[in-house]
Amino acid sequence: MVTNSVKLSDVKKSFNGHEVIKGVSLEVQKGEMVVFVGPSGCGKSTLLRLIAGLDTPTSGQIDIAGKDVTYAHPSKRGVAMVFQSYALYPHMTVADNIAFALKIQGLPKAEIDAKVRDVAEVLQLTHLLKRRPKALSGGQRQRVAIGRAIVREPDVFLFDEPLSNLDASLRGQMRVEIARLHTKLNATSVYVTHDQVEAMTLADKIVVLNAGRIEQIGAPMELYRKPANLFVAGFIGSPRMNILSTKVRSVSGEAVTLDTPQGVLAIPRTGAQAATGAATSLGIRPENLHVVAAGEEGHLSGYVILIERLGGETFAYVTLKGFDGEPIILKLDGEAPVHNHQEVRLTIDLNRAHLFDEAGLAVGVSPDFASETDGSGHVQ
Amino acid sequence: MYNNKLIGSLYVTPFVIGFLLFTAFPFVASFILSLTDARLQDQLGAAQFTGLANYTGMVSDSTFQKSLGVTFAYVFITVPLKLAFALFIAVVLNFKLRGIGLFRTAFYLPSILGGSVAIAVVWRFVFAGDGLINQGLGSLGIGGVNWLGEPTTAMFSIVLLRLWQFGSAMVVFLAGLKAIPEDLYEAADLDGASRMKQFWMITLPLLTPVLFFNFIMQIVQAFQEFNGPYIITAGGPLKSSYLLPLMIYEEAFKYFNLGYSSALSWVLFIIIAIFTAVAFWSQKHWVFYAQDRGDDKGGH
Repeated sequence: MVTNSVKLSDVKKSFNGHEVIKGVSLEVQKGEMVVFVGPSGCGKSTLLRLIAGLDTPTSGQIDIAGKDVTYAHPSKRGVAMVFQSYALYPHMTVADNIAFALKIQGLPKAEIDAKVRDVAEVLQLTHLLKRRPKALSGGQRQRVAIGRAIVREPDVFLFDEPLSNLDASLRGQMRVEIARLHTKLNATSVYVTHDQVEAMTLADKIVVLNAGRIEQIGAPMELYRKPANLFVAGFIGSPRMNILSTKVRSVSGEAVTLDTPQGVLAIPRTGAQAATGAATSLGIRPENLHVVAAGEEGHLSGYVILIERLGGETFAYVTLKGFDGEPIILKLDGEAPVHNHQEVRLTIDLNRAHLFDEAGLAVGVSPDFASETDGSGHVQ
Repeated sequence: MYNNKLIGSLYVTPFVIGFLLFTAFPFVASFILSLTDARLQDQLGAAQFTGLANYTGMVSDSTFQKSLGVTFAYVFITVPLKLAFALFIAVVLNFKLRGIGLFRTAFYLPSILGGSVAIAVVWRFVFAGDGLINQGLGSLGIGGVNWLGEPTTAMFSIVLLRLWQFGSAMVVFLAGLKAIPEDLYEAADLDGASRMKQFWMITLPLLTPVLFFNFIMQIVQAFQEFNGPYIITAGGPLKSSYLLPLMIYEEAFKYFNLGYSSALSWVLFIIIAIFTAVAFWSQKHWVFYAQDRGDDKGGH
């Protein structure tokens, strides 16, 4: 009994001698929604095209539903794809677009009509069936593209940045719709996006890609709590995690003590190994920094240089005394009484701080997140 | 503002003069002449107004009827053949192959030279009794054909000259093919559509605007073909390749019937206008105009 729906084994892909996928291995379980996320050019779309069969790998193997499909024709893989551009046939009506694959398969007309009607109902497209793509809004076109995939009842759905052509509010709406659809159909899906919010909200499992390699695989919150390296730490979470350059002063069983331009900081840490004097990056998420009341002691101090009030929350940009580099970001309550040029003292949720060594790899585990089991993900 | 207008007017003046002198004036003049019995060797003042006599005269002119029949045959044979041939070559040249740019250039070249007098002269030598083709056939032990001496083969040789000039239509088709987004074919690949089905169900429908454009251009050009019959076959034998433009020319400059020749020109003009009008009217049934395919929000 094969439980994995898609399996990549050391897949590599080069274009004109330039390697864009540098040996990727991963498994997608049946019914799972796996999201490939990473910056542009990281190879996530190429990887999806390899699964779809629109490109063939230079080496490695791709299995779908237990069968080696590395060199199989796209139509013989049991996959359906939703394209970034939607790739709707402009000269066909919505109904004809959805029916296209079924017509090619040569199904009887009555059966095709019934299936198209069912899909249209699920996606609320029934009243649009006679229209051409030109006469549809972006969100409607998106639904037609999804309908075209659903009607084929594939083993695996492939989504290539399906929401990137929509405006922000529609994107949020479609995201919810895709999530709902995924739950309803319980279909195996591979979803590519550069948007970490989409990744966090949609994924059962996120694959973070960078420069053709997997940086980390894991459940969304697992990546958030236990980023394996600086790249994942910086990529997952918005605003980004603050990274401060420090040096290791000493390491004990429970803590790593750091030398910072503002003095010594003891970071509680289990299982940490680090050499004294080694350069270390201290990672603090914006919500794990707090402004202390006047007169009280804090871990750090600095000046507010910019405030962004979003209503429900406030982002404060603070330049720390003695530290080089970018100002840090604090995520505060919407009504937080901060103002520009204010001198602030800050405390850190030390039990939720992150440490990374010189190579950018995580050092030890934050005590608050230590009890989490490893889940389905594994660190590459 | 005033200066800009003046300068602008100056810039367009050469065109306006050229248009008035070489298009508008002959256009009007030929219509007026077509209502007279003007002859080339006489003073224009000597011409008598004859009303529609030139036009009604065509009804009983067997040469005109023969020429008209030949012209329609020529157009109906060459236009579909040329469009199909140009489209076929464009599809082939649209393959992503190494050095395809070289092939595109090589295939486009004939059209630059294709319609010229020089090529027509070459054609005459190729199809002559002791020409290249017959020599080739002879070396294979096959008896030569009197290409330009038989009615059917004479027509064949000028039809072939027209097909030889497929380049411009091909380039337009090629541009049309390139404008079809690659992801439509990828989607069709995933849906299991064969290359043949993709051509009939995606390529051809999306190419109809270009096909329509080429169709109009080819109709207009084919009706006006002159070089081939004039240089290669001289309209013969037995007027079997006597296309209307050649007849117009000969009526005016061989038989000096300026009035009748002008009337013939107007008949040809009206025929072309009718074909074009019908084509435009029909396009709502078969031409698909929306290149818009749903990614107007950008984001690429």
